[in-house]
Amino acid sequence: MTALAEDIGLLQRQADRRRFIEPWLYLSPALILIFTVLIVPLIIGISYSFRKFSAFHSEYAGLDQYRAMLGDSVLHGALINTAWWTVASLVLQFFLGLGLALLLNRPFHGRRLVQGLVFLPWAVPIFLTGLTWAWLFNPLIGPLPHIFHAIGLQAEPVTILADPATAMWGPIIANVWFGIPFFAITLLAARKAIPSELYEAAAIDGASPWQQFTKVTLPFLAPTIAITVMLRTVWIATFADLIYVMTAGGPAGSTNTIATYIYVSAFKSLDKGYASAIAVLLLVLLIAYALIVIQMRRTLLRDV
Amino acid sequence: MPGQSLFQRIAGQIGLYGAVACYVVFALLPIYWTIKISVTPQDLLYSEGIRLWPSRMTLANYASVLKASDFPRYFLNSIIVSVSTAFIVTVVASFAGYALSRFRFRGKALVSLVLLLTQTFPLVMVIPPIYRIMGQLGLTDNLYGLIIIYTAFNIAFATFLMQSFLDGVPKDLEEAAMIDGCTRLDALRRVILPLTLPGMGATVAFVFTAAWSELLFGLMLINSESQKTFSVGLLTFVGKFAVDWGQMMAASVLALIPVCLFFLFLQRYLVTGLTAGAVKG
Amino acid sequence: MASVSLRGIHKKFGPVSVLEKIDLDIEDGEFVVLVGPSGCGKSTLLRSIAGLETIDGGEIRIGDRLVNHAAPKDRDIAMVFQSYALYPHMDVRRNMAFSLNLRKSPAELIAERVSAASAKLGLGSLLERLPKQLSGGQRQRVAMGRAIVRNPKVFLFDEPLSNLDAKLRSTMRTEIKALHQSLKTTSIYVTHDQIEAMTMANRIVVMHDGIIQQVGPPLELYDRPANIFVAGFIGSPTMNFFDAVSQGKSARLGDGSALVLPTGAVVKEGREIVIGIRPEHLRFSGEGLPGRVVVVEPLGMSTQVTLDAAGERVTLMALERPSLAPGDAKSLTARPEDIHVFDRSTGLRLN
Repeated sequence: MTALAEDIGLLQRQADRRRFIEPWLYLSPALILIFTVLIVPLIIGISYSFRKFSAFHSEYAGLDQYRAMLGDSVLHGALINTAWWTVASLVLQFFLGLGLALLLNRPFHGRRLVQGLVFLPWAVPIFLTGLTWAWLFNPLIGPLPHIFHAIGLQAEPVTILADPATAMWGPIIANVWFGIPFFAITLLAARKAIPSELYEAAAIDGASPWQQFTKVTLPFLAPTIAITVMLRTVWIATFADLIYVMTAGGPAGSTNTIATYIYVSAFKSLDKGYASAIAVLLLVLLIAYALIVIQMRRTLLRDV
Repeated sequence: MPGQSLFQRIAGQIGLYGAVACYVVFALLPIYWTIKISVTPQDLLYSEGIRLWPSRMTLANYASVLKASDFPRYFLNSIIVSVSTAFIVTVVASFAGYALSRFRFRGKALVSLVLLLTQTFPLVMVIPPIYRIMGQLGLTDNLYGLIIIYTAFNIAFATFLMQSFLDGVPKDLEEAAMIDGCTRLDALRRVILPLTLPGMGATVAFVFTAAWSELLFGLMLINSESQKTFSVGLLTFVGKFAVDWGQMMAASVLALIPVCLFFLFLQRYLVTGLTAGAVKG
Repeated sequence: MASVSLRGIHKKFGPVSVLEKIDLDIEDGEFVVLVGPSGCGKSTLLRSIAGLETIDGGEIRIGDRLVNHAAPKDRDIAMVFQSYALYPHMDVRRNMAFSLNLRKSPAELIAERVSAASAKLGLGSLLERLPKQLSGGQRQRVAMGRAIVRNPKVFLFDEPLSNLDAKLRSTMRTEIKALHQSLKTTSIYVTHDQIEAMTMANRIVVMHDGIIQQVGPPLELYDRPANIFVAGFIGSPTMNFFDAVSQGKSARLGDGSALVLPTGAVVKEGREIVIGIRPEHLRFSGEGLPGRVVVVEPLGMSTQVTLDAAGERVTLMALERPSLAPGDAKSLTARPEDIHVFDRSTGLRLN
């Protein structure tokens, strides 16, 4: 009897161990890849920020790289550009995306076709997005300068990408074009999840369409909005491809964001240490931002 | 809706269709323009710069891209990289998504948080260390290096996607299968897999598109002509031959074709997937 | 076919105990219904028998075999789920043949079993359909067919009828009972519906808070509930309860009126008790408990009268058709042998 009891105890322990290990077994390939290709380089990257690199060797530099950032006027310009680039892209993408989502939520002829067409930019590779918009702004082959000139926005049909005052609008417009579908798709899904009885009840209670939008639609969309805006902000603030392809940060640094600055500075000036220090700054800003938005979303979810 | 006058209804319809038309034009203009230039003969390029469609059409640009340039090689490299990445990511993410969807275990919330946080990593931060590690492993200027990096970068989102598709398969089905005589792995293969196949297809398409579009790692890790992916090849082509518009546009259109095909398939699942990725935070 | 024996089963979800020292013996061929309010642990117990949940301690035996650590597939059981859990990508035939295919049974045997089961359940014409092309009742039948085809030692049912409408539910209830009578396979059936429990079971197991409250044949539970919980849970409309204090051979109620206690009751003088009377045992009489009519509901076969008496809402079921109007004053009484007496602090039966 005791032998049997021990057997059962052993089996129980084996079963417990199996239950404990099994999910980790399934997760391990993903976690190992993420750990070796993302986390380890990230830590090495952070360690780079405390070193100084020259062509063939590197040395420990303490906080020198961080001190150097304080006096770097290009970086200060890039910070402002990053904020401007992120906020302008995000606001335009969001409102145009919300508008599109609400349009697509209404019945009209050819809606399925329209949905496929307006979501298409999302599938276009970013480097192609950048190139095609750069071409559209090019007066030699693109129509846009001529249109701008014709309606009086520009004195001469020249590319806006060459003028420091207007250059940033090029990547922003391309980014908005590329990003609208993301917001539209997410918000459309969230909008479809709102039960129609709520609108019927609101209509019977005497709510105008505008009141239905602000009292029913917006509160329901708020958690989705918070999380998509967060993901998008982080993504826009860090991604360098579009600007790199269209203007490479120029003219005269007018489209230089932190991301492009790091990319250019890490490879052109060869000082990986300084580039890493700037990246750490960006990372800290973004994580702080993400935590704030997650907290806000929790609060919102509690209230709904 | 009752209670609206005929005038309001008509005005509403006009507004609706007008707004829809604006979105469609905005969305299609760049793509349309690229196609247009790609079929415009060289001699008409500047003289008919802003015409909606050239007075003569030519496919010479496509012919020279396909025959007399390195683009077919770039195209092939991109296919190799994107297909491999999509396939590996989908398998790995299916397992990870299964663990997150079907098990309760200590550390699950932490795993989800880490996966979410990897989404916020600035790419530029890890480029120098990765370059060095890949160099030591001999994986620079090599398609394998790109595949490994793209796989790691796409796993988190693909895992969320697969988790949401797996969540859509009721637990009861798996339990019924286990009572009917399946082991957990049998149940996965015979019941869950067939039901998540469309979801896996969507994940493949999603990752393929992402890998097809990547530029910065490609630019950094690849030097030799023979290893260039399409994005890298096209960008260096732009740098070198900045005046051959027709060929560039033709190459661009060719690059668009596979992603647009995938997109047609993917579109149905986009809503599920993106919400899943977004809501899981 | 086999008996099922449970010894000292217990299980916790974190700090919450969902099953507490469950002892139960189910005989070969018996139809046992586990019943209780949601969250009482009945489904967890069923899923533990199936092997879908692990238990923290105790022994589960099917036949003579200890199955605590056997995988669900090795327990030789079949289960019908509340959601039916039909495989959406397989037609009815393949759904029913799935388990036999996994066992690599010969094709003739599979064909024979499937056609026998589908004939029994009237599914013959539906074999090529997919689950989504079936109605709720048909899906329910396929789920049953999938279980029958296996010819298992034990059938497990997890609230199989709760997704059906009322009419279909009573049809399927009869069908499941008839099926059990012809197959005589040991069955364990979980439900929160006490009518299903009463009509189908050989024996009912009433559960509450992870503890078995009483086990017995339906009418025994109805006539002699072991405690206040069982008394209140079994029977519809529910039993009427009155707080009272014992006084000699009677019970004195809150409003001062008295009811004569049954002779078997052993109650100390002055003890705080609860009196239970089923609605059909209450009668109008010249004297007794004074009450006031609130609602009269004629049901045709009987009339249900709701009254206020002794500070409680009281239900009375009358087979005759009394002429009553709301507000009427009426006195209520019951025969002493129809009165249930419970201890107020422990809830246990005293007679």
